[in-house]
Amino acid sequence: MTQSTQNTVDSKQDLINYVVRLGDDSVVLGHRISEWVSEGPFLEEDIALGNVALDYIGRARMFYGYAATLSGDGKTEDDFAFLRDEREFKNYLINELPRGDFAYTITRQLMVDLYNKYYLQALSLSTDPTLVAIAQKAVKETTYHCRRSKSWALRLGDGTAESKRRMQLAIDDIWGYSHELFESDLLEQRLIDAGIAVDCADLKQPWLADVEAIFEEAGLKIPEATWAVRGGRKGFHSEHLGHLLTQMQFVYRSFPGAKW
Amino acid sequence: MTIEKLELFEVFVRPKRGLDHKHVGSLHAEGREQALEYARDVYTRRTEGISIWVVKSQDITASQEDDNESFFDPSDDKPYRHATYYPLPKEITTM
Repeated sequence: MTQSTQNTVDSKQDLINYVVRLGDDSVVLGHRISEWVSEGPFLEEDIALGNVALDYIGRARMFYGYAATLSGDGKTEDDFAFLRDEREFKNYLINELPRGDFAYTITRQLMVDLYNKYYLQALSLSTDPTLVAIAQKAVKETTYHCRRSKSWALRLGDGTAESKRRMQLAIDDIWGYSHELFESDLLEQRLIDAGIAVDCADLKQPWLADVEAIFEEAGLKIPEATWAVRGGRKGFHSEHLGHLLTQMQFVYRSFPGAKW
Repeated sequence: MTIEKLELFEVFVRPKRGLDHKHVGSLHAEGREQALEYARDVYTRRTEGISIWVVKSQDITASQEDDNESFFDPSDDKPYRHATYYPLPKEITTM
Protein backbone atom coordinates (compact mmCIF):
# COMPACT_ATOMS: atom_id res chain seq x y z
CA MET A 1 0.00 0.00 0.00
CA THR A 2 1.41 3.36 -1.00
CA GLN A 3 1.75 6.22 1.42
CA SER A 4 -0.99 8.29 -0.24
CA THR A 5 -3.50 5.42 -0.21
CA GLN A 6 -2.70 4.86 3.44
CA ASN A 7 -3.55 8.50 4.17
CA THR A 8 -6.82 8.28 2.27
CA VAL A 9 -7.92 5.23 4.18
CA ASP A 10 -6.97 6.77 7.51
CA SER A 11 -8.72 10.06 6.94
CA LYS A 12 -11.88 8.24 5.89
CA GLN A 13 -11.73 6.10 9.03
CA ASP A 14 -11.14 9.26 11.06
CA LEU A 15 -14.26 10.81 9.61
CA ILE A 16 -16.33 7.68 10.31
CA ASN A 17 -15.09 7.58 13.90
CA TYR A 18 -15.87 11.26 14.35
CA VAL A 19 -19.38 10.97 12.95
CA VAL A 20 -20.06 7.92 15.14
CA ARG A 21 -18.98 9.90 18.22
CA LEU A 22 -21.52 12.58 17.41
CA GLY A 23 -24.14 9.88 16.91
CA ASP A 24 -23.22 8.31 20.26
CA ASP A 25 -23.69 11.62 22.07
CA SER A 26 -27.12 12.02 20.52
CA VAL A 27 -28.44 8.49 20.95
CA VAL A 28 -27.33 8.15 24.57
CA LEU A 29 -28.82 11.48 25.62
CA GLY A 30 -31.94 10.86 23.55
CA HIS A 31 -32.45 7.54 25.29
CA ARG A 32 -31.94 9.15 28.70
CA ILE A 33 -34.54 11.82 28.04
CA SER A 34 -36.94 9.21 26.68
CA GLU A 35 -36.92 7.60 30.12
CA TRP A 36 -39.17 10.48 31.19
CA VAL A 37 -41.96 9.43 28.84
CA SER A 38 -45.00 8.61 31.01
CA GLU A 39 -43.05 9.77 34.09
CA GLY A 40 -43.09 13.52 33.41
CA PRO A 41 -44.29 15.97 36.06
CA PHE A 42 -47.46 16.66 34.06
CA LEU A 43 -48.88 15.78 30.68
CA GLU A 44 -47.66 18.80 28.71
CA GLU A 45 -44.10 18.53 30.01
CA ASP A 46 -44.15 14.78 29.39
CA ILE A 47 -44.91 15.37 25.72
CA ALA A 48 -42.36 18.18 25.49
CA LEU A 49 -39.63 15.92 26.91
CA GLY A 50 -40.64 13.19 24.48
CA ASN A 51 -40.23 15.65 21.62
CA VAL A 52 -36.73 16.56 22.75
CA ALA A 53 -35.81 12.88 23.08
CA LEU A 54 -37.01 12.26 19.53
CA ASP A 55 -35.00 15.22 18.23
CA TYR A 56 -31.85 13.68 19.69
CA ILE A 57 -32.63 10.18 18.45
CA GLY A 58 -33.40 11.57 15.00
CA ARG A 59 -30.05 13.35 15.07
CA ALA A 60 -28.30 10.10 15.99
CA ARG A 61 -29.94 8.43 13.00
CA MET A 62 -28.54 11.11 10.70
CA PHE A 63 -25.02 10.71 12.06
CA TYR A 64 -25.12 6.90 12.11
CA GLY A 65 -26.69 6.82 8.67
CA TYR A 66 -23.85 8.95 7.36
CA ALA A 67 -21.29 6.73 9.07
CA ALA A 68 -22.93 3.68 7.48
CA THR A 69 -22.77 5.30 4.04
CA LEU A 70 -19.12 6.19 4.54
CA SER A 71 -18.32 2.66 5.73
CA GLY A 72 -19.80 1.19 2.57
CA ASP A 73 -19.62 -2.32 4.00
CA GLY A 74 -23.32 -3.01 4.39
CA LYS A 75 -23.54 -1.61 7.92
CA THR A 76 -26.72 0.26 8.81
CA GLU A 77 -27.53 2.89 11.42
CA ASP A 78 -28.93 0.08 13.61
CA ASP A 79 -25.55 -1.67 13.69
CA PHE A 80 -24.03 1.40 15.28
CA ALA A 81 -26.82 1.91 17.79
CA PHE A 82 -27.57 -1.66 18.81
CA LEU A 83 -24.64 -3.93 18.07
CA ARG A 84 -21.76 -2.16 19.73
CA ASP A 85 -20.71 -2.63 23.33
CA GLU A 86 -20.01 -0.14 26.04
CA ARG A 87 -16.32 0.38 25.32
CA GLU A 88 -17.09 1.10 21.66
CA PHE A 89 -19.38 3.98 22.55
CA LYS A 90 -17.47 7.28 22.55
CA ASN A 91 -20.09 9.65 23.93
CA TYR A 92 -19.21 12.33 26.42
CA LEU A 93 -19.97 11.11 29.94
CA ILE A 94 -22.38 13.93 30.71
CA ASN A 95 -24.86 12.36 28.29
CA GLU A 96 -24.98 8.99 30.04
CA LEU A 97 -25.55 10.24 33.60
CA PRO A 98 -28.89 9.00 34.97
CA ARG A 99 -31.89 11.20 34.46
CA GLY A 100 -32.07 11.98 38.18
CA ASP A 101 -34.88 14.23 39.35
CA PHE A 102 -36.40 16.88 37.14
CA ALA A 103 -33.92 19.55 38.29
CA TYR A 104 -31.07 17.21 37.39
CA THR A 105 -32.48 16.59 33.93
CA ILE A 106 -32.99 20.31 33.32
CA THR A 107 -29.47 21.18 34.53
CA ARG A 108 -27.88 18.61 32.21
CA GLN A 109 -30.08 19.78 29.33
CA LEU A 110 -29.17 23.41 29.89
CA MET A 111 -25.47 22.62 29.79
CA VAL A 112 -25.67 20.25 26.83
CA ASP A 113 -28.19 22.26 24.81
CA LEU A 114 -26.08 25.42 25.06
CA TYR A 115 -23.00 23.40 24.13
CA ASN A 116 -24.81 21.96 21.13
CA LYS A 117 -25.91 25.40 20.02
CA TYR A 118 -22.29 26.51 19.62
CA TYR A 119 -21.14 23.12 18.40
CA LEU A 120 -23.72 22.91 15.62
CA GLN A 121 -23.15 26.52 14.59
CA ALA A 122 -19.48 25.67 14.16
CA LEU A 123 -20.25 22.35 12.46
CA SER A 124 -22.39 24.15 9.88
CA LEU A 125 -19.14 25.77 8.70
CA SER A 126 -17.47 22.41 8.13
CA THR A 127 -15.96 21.57 4.74
CA ASP A 128 -18.00 18.34 4.77
CA PRO A 129 -21.36 19.05 3.08
CA THR A 130 -23.24 16.19 4.80
CA LEU A 131 -22.17 17.38 8.24
CA VAL A 132 -23.21 20.91 7.25
CA ALA A 133 -26.67 19.65 6.25
CA ILE A 134 -27.12 17.73 9.51
CA ALA A 135 -25.93 20.71 11.56
CA GLN A 136 -28.26 23.13 9.82
CA LYS A 137 -31.25 20.92 10.52
CA ALA A 138 -30.27 20.14 14.10
CA VAL A 139 -29.44 23.69 15.11
CA LYS A 140 -33.09 24.69 14.71
CA GLU A 141 -34.14 21.99 17.17
CA THR A 142 -31.39 22.99 19.54
CA THR A 143 -32.45 26.64 19.48
CA TYR A 144 -35.81 25.50 20.82
CA HIS A 145 -34.21 23.14 23.36
CA CYS A 146 -32.14 26.05 24.71
CA ARG A 147 -35.26 28.15 25.11
CA ARG A 148 -36.93 25.38 27.14
CA SER A 149 -33.90 24.60 29.27
CA LYS A 150 -33.26 28.23 30.06
CA SER A 151 -36.82 29.02 31.08
CA TRP A 152 -36.97 25.91 33.28
CA ALA A 153 -33.59 26.72 34.88
CA LEU A 154 -34.80 30.22 35.71
CA ARG A 155 -38.15 28.95 36.97
CA LEU A 156 -36.59 26.32 39.24
CA GLY A 157 -33.56 28.33 40.34
CA ASP A 158 -35.70 31.34 41.14
CA GLY A 159 -38.62 29.24 42.39
CA THR A 160 -39.08 27.72 45.83
CA ALA A 161 -36.31 26.99 48.35
CA GLU A 162 -36.67 23.30 47.48
CA SER A 163 -36.45 23.77 43.72
CA LYS A 164 -33.41 26.02 44.15
CA ARG A 165 -31.75 23.48 46.44
CA ARG A 166 -32.29 20.70 43.92
CA MET A 167 -30.96 22.79 41.03
CA GLN A 168 -27.79 23.66 42.94
CA LEU A 169 -27.29 20.02 43.95
CA ALA A 170 -27.59 19.02 40.30
CA ILE A 171 -25.11 21.66 39.17
CA ASP A 172 -22.62 20.56 41.84
CA ASP A 173 -23.01 16.95 40.67
CA ILE A 174 -22.80 17.54 36.94
CA TRP A 175 -20.28 20.37 36.64
CA GLY A 176 -17.25 18.08 36.78
CA TYR A 177 -18.48 16.31 33.65
CA SER A 178 -18.54 19.51 31.60
CA HIS A 179 -14.78 19.89 31.23
CA GLU A 180 -14.20 17.13 28.72
CA LEU A 181 -16.72 18.78 26.39
CA PHE A 182 -14.00 21.25 25.47
CA GLU A 183 -11.08 18.88 25.00
CA SER A 184 -10.30 17.40 21.62
CA ASP A 185 -7.96 14.47 20.95
CA LEU A 186 -5.57 13.64 18.11
CA LEU A 187 -8.29 12.23 15.89
CA GLU A 188 -10.35 15.38 16.16
CA GLN A 189 -7.23 17.50 15.76
CA ARG A 190 -6.50 15.88 12.40
CA LEU A 191 -10.05 16.59 11.26
CA ILE A 192 -9.91 20.14 12.61
CA ASP A 193 -6.78 20.70 10.51
CA ALA A 194 -8.74 19.42 7.52
CA GLY A 195 -11.56 21.87 8.21
CA ILE A 196 -14.03 19.09 8.91
CA ALA A 197 -14.40 18.84 12.68
CA VAL A 198 -15.29 21.45 15.28
CA ASP A 199 -12.54 22.67 17.57
CA CYS A 200 -14.49 22.35 20.80
CA ALA A 201 -11.93 24.35 22.79
CA ASP A 202 -13.21 27.44 20.97
CA LEU A 203 -16.69 26.91 22.39
CA LYS A 204 -15.69 27.20 26.05
CA GLN A 205 -15.78 30.98 26.40
CA PRO A 206 -19.15 31.69 24.78
CA TRP A 207 -20.67 28.63 26.50
CA LEU A 208 -19.40 29.68 29.90
CA ALA A 209 -20.64 33.24 29.41
CA ASP A 210 -24.15 31.93 28.63
CA VAL A 211 -24.19 29.53 31.57
CA GLU A 212 -22.89 32.17 33.99
CA ALA A 213 -25.52 34.68 32.88
CA ILE A 214 -28.37 32.19 33.30
CA PHE A 215 -27.09 30.92 36.65
CA GLU A 216 -26.74 34.47 37.92
CA GLU A 217 -30.27 35.36 36.86
CA ALA A 218 -31.54 32.15 38.48
CA GLY A 219 -29.59 32.71 41.71
CA LEU A 220 -27.43 29.63 41.14
CA LYS A 221 -23.67 29.21 41.47
CA ILE A 222 -20.96 27.54 39.46
CA PRO A 223 -19.19 25.19 41.90
CA GLU A 224 -15.75 26.10 43.17
CA ALA A 225 -14.69 22.45 43.21
CA THR A 226 -12.32 21.68 40.36
CA TRP A 227 -12.74 17.90 40.08
CA ALA A 228 -13.26 16.62 36.57
CA VAL A 229 -14.18 13.25 35.11
CA ARG A 230 -13.00 12.40 31.61
CA GLY A 231 -12.88 9.43 29.31
CA GLY A 232 -16.03 9.31 27.19
CA ARG A 233 -14.22 9.88 23.89
CA LYS A 234 -11.82 7.04 24.80
CA GLY A 235 -14.64 4.62 25.63
CA PHE A 236 -14.04 4.76 29.40
CA HIS A 237 -17.50 5.13 30.87
CA SER A 238 -19.27 5.52 34.16
CA GLU A 239 -21.16 2.51 35.51
CA HIS A 240 -24.36 3.99 34.09
CA LEU A 241 -23.78 3.45 30.36
CA GLY A 242 -23.80 -0.35 30.53
CA HIS A 243 -27.21 -0.35 32.17
CA LEU A 244 -28.53 2.10 29.62
CA LEU A 245 -27.28 -0.05 26.74
CA THR A 246 -28.82 -3.23 28.11
CA GLN A 247 -32.20 -1.49 28.05
CA MET A 248 -31.68 0.20 24.72
CA GLN A 249 -30.25 -2.79 22.87
CA PHE A 250 -32.23 -5.62 24.49
CA VAL A 251 -35.02 -6.00 21.92
CA TYR A 252 -32.76 -5.65 18.92
CA ARG A 253 -30.35 -8.29 20.19
CA SER A 254 -33.01 -10.70 21.47
CA PHE A 255 -34.97 -10.68 18.23
CA PRO A 256 -32.42 -10.16 15.44
CA GLY A 257 -33.99 -8.84 12.28
CA ALA A 258 -37.37 -8.22 13.93
CA LYS A 259 -39.52 -5.64 12.15
CA TRP A 260 -42.55 -3.71 13.31
CA MET B 1 -45.20 21.52 40.87
CA THR B 2 -48.74 20.24 40.95
CA ILE B 3 -51.29 20.42 38.18
CA GLU B 4 -53.66 22.37 40.46
CA LYS B 5 -51.30 25.33 40.48
CA LEU B 6 -51.16 25.54 36.71
CA GLU B 7 -53.48 27.68 34.66
CA LEU B 8 -55.68 26.46 31.83
CA PHE B 9 -55.12 27.91 28.37
CA GLU B 10 -57.02 27.57 25.10
CA VAL B 11 -54.91 26.99 22.01
CA PHE B 12 -55.59 28.36 18.53
CA VAL B 13 -53.48 27.30 15.55
CA ARG B 14 -53.36 28.82 12.08
CA PRO B 15 -52.72 25.93 9.69
CA LYS B 16 -51.40 28.09 6.88
CA ARG B 17 -51.17 31.61 5.60
CA GLY B 18 -54.54 33.00 4.57
CA LEU B 19 -56.55 30.76 6.89
CA ASP B 20 -57.93 31.72 10.29
CA HIS B 21 -56.65 30.53 13.63
CA LYS B 22 -58.73 27.57 14.72
CA HIS B 23 -59.37 26.32 18.23
CA VAL B 24 -57.53 23.01 18.63
CA GLY B 25 -57.72 22.29 22.34
CA SER B 26 -56.48 23.35 25.73
CA LEU B 27 -53.50 22.76 28.01
CA HIS B 28 -52.06 23.52 31.42
CA ALA B 29 -49.09 25.84 31.88
CA GLU B 30 -47.57 28.15 34.42
CA GLY B 31 -47.85 31.26 32.30
CA ARG B 32 -48.32 32.63 28.81
CA GLU B 33 -44.80 31.93 27.59
CA GLN B 34 -44.83 28.35 28.81
CA ALA B 35 -48.31 27.87 27.39
CA LEU B 36 -47.02 28.94 23.99
CA GLU B 37 -44.13 26.49 24.21
CA TYR B 38 -46.38 23.63 25.27
CA ALA B 39 -48.86 24.50 22.52
CA ARG B 40 -45.98 24.10 20.08
CA ASP B 41 -45.00 20.79 21.67
CA VAL B 42 -48.48 19.33 22.05
CA TYR B 43 -50.42 20.67 19.06
CA THR B 44 -47.93 21.27 16.23
CA ARG B 45 -45.87 18.06 16.36
CA ARG B 46 -47.00 17.06 12.89
CA THR B 47 -46.49 20.50 11.33
CA GLU B 48 -50.10 21.50 11.78
CA GLY B 49 -49.40 25.19 11.97
CA ILE B 50 -47.48 28.34 11.18
CA SER B 51 -48.85 30.49 13.99
CA ILE B 52 -50.13 29.85 17.49
CA TRP B 53 -52.32 31.90 19.84
CA VAL B 54 -52.84 30.98 23.47
CA VAL B 55 -55.50 32.58 25.64
CA LYS B 56 -56.21 32.04 29.30
CA SER B 57 -59.41 30.02 29.45
CA GLN B 58 -60.72 32.25 32.23
CA ASP B 59 -60.46 35.25 29.88
CA ILE B 60 -62.99 33.72 27.53
CA THR B 61 -66.60 34.64 28.19
CA ALA B 62 -68.74 31.88 26.76
CA SER B 63 -72.44 31.66 26.04
CA GLN B 64 -74.32 29.11 28.12
CA GLU B 65 -76.31 26.19 26.80
CA ASP B 66 -79.25 27.31 28.95
CA ASP B 67 -79.35 30.54 26.98
CA ASN B 68 -79.51 28.87 23.61
CA GLU B 69 -83.28 29.35 23.17
CA SER B 70 -83.17 33.05 23.90
CA PHE B 71 -79.87 33.58 22.09
CA PHE B 72 -80.28 31.67 18.87
CA ASP B 73 -83.89 30.62 18.23
CA PRO B 74 -85.22 34.14 17.57
CA SER B 75 -83.15 34.38 14.37
CA ASP B 76 -84.75 31.23 12.94
CA ASP B 77 -87.85 33.05 11.63
CA LYS B 78 -86.09 36.09 10.24
CA PRO B 79 -85.20 35.02 6.72
CA TYR B 80 -84.98 38.67 5.64
CA ARG B 81 -81.60 38.78 7.35
CA HIS B 82 -80.22 36.56 4.59
CA ALA B 83 -79.28 38.16 1.30
CA THR B 84 -80.97 35.28 -0.53
CA TYR B 85 -84.36 36.52 0.78
CA TYR B 86 -84.35 39.42 -1.66
CA PRO B 87 -85.12 39.08 -5.37
CA LEU B 88 -82.35 40.57 -7.45
CA PRO B 89 -83.13 43.42 -9.85
CA LYS B 90 -82.85 42.34 -13.47
CA GLU B 91 -79.99 44.76 -14.08
CA ILE B 92 -77.73 42.80 -11.76
CA THR B 93 -76.38 39.80 -13.64
CA THR B 94 -73.38 38.76 -11.64
CA MET B 95 -73.77 38.14 -7.93
